[in-house]
Amino acid sequence: MSAPPKPKAELDAEFAELYRSHLRDVYSYAYYRIGNHHDAEDLTEQTFLQAYRHFERAQRESHGRPLRPWLIRIAHNLAANYYRDRSRRPQTPIDDTDALTAPHTTEALVEGRDELQRILEGVNELPDDRREALIMRFALGMDNREIARAMGRTDGATKVLLHRATRQLEQIVKEREKTG
Amino acid sequence: MMSESAEFEFEVLLRRALAPVEPPSDMSERLETTLANLTELAADELESWELGAMRDPRNWVRPVAATVVGTTAGAALVLLRARARAKRRRPDSALDAAEKALRDVFGEARKLLER
Repeated sequence: MSAPPKPKAELDAEFAELYRSHLRDVYSYAYYRIGNHHDAEDLTEQTFLQAYRHFERAQRESHGRPLRPWLIRIAHNLAANYYRDRSRRPQTPIDDTDALTAPHTTEALVEGRDELQRILEGVNELPDDRREALIMRFALGMDNREIARAMGRTDGATKVLLHRATRQLEQIVKEREKTG
Repeated sequence: MMSESAEFEFEVLLRRALAPVEPPSDMSERLETTLANLTELAADELESWELGAMRDPRNWVRPVAATVVGTTAGAALVLLRARARAKRRRPDSALDAAEKALRDVFGEARKLLER
């Protein structure tokens, strides 16, 4: 027998909590995925609106598991539509220095700026699934299981994907260092 | 092949390169406005519905859906706005904070009811 539906007020309070807890996650994902603040804002907004529409069902089907992977999967699908509709590739986030100045100290910026730039450019050269997996792991701090749920893969396949993505990125960065 | 320590160092750099990005300060305000617009759309739909049509139960689905959207979006909005305001303020004490948060919630609820 299924559980009775939750009162609306309770659902709304829980949605507000989901929004508060994961606004930065969704925005970070959108920003690194798309590469500019303007479209990242739109994508974040669309993600939460769609999440709002399907929140009750998602809660019912999550069986108490965290909803962050579901939220990121919505953002992932919307980002895929964004590229399909506009036939665009992501821009390089490093072009907009706001992305780095916000979370980094001045000292850290000066110290490793070139290296961080090479890494970010390398991330954008990766195939979509590898880039996404790295964004989820390093920008959002998601573990293998969460990433697997967000990407619709098994835990094992996700572990391999992350490993290959990191190794490929290392190679790209090394090449870039050589060519200066 | 990289050594374990080199791998670890690379991951540290990767974590720094992909540091979380804070959304612009007006992000939540914009999203809340969109939710408020949803509420208003639902209210408009109810207002424009001809009362005559309501006598036929087959026409009840849309107004009922509008009521549901209006109620849920409105209630979520109250909570989000109240939280955003509480964040912006720097209250003098925990009691002040609780009192202000309560006032915010009641204030926002009143605004929605007045629409």
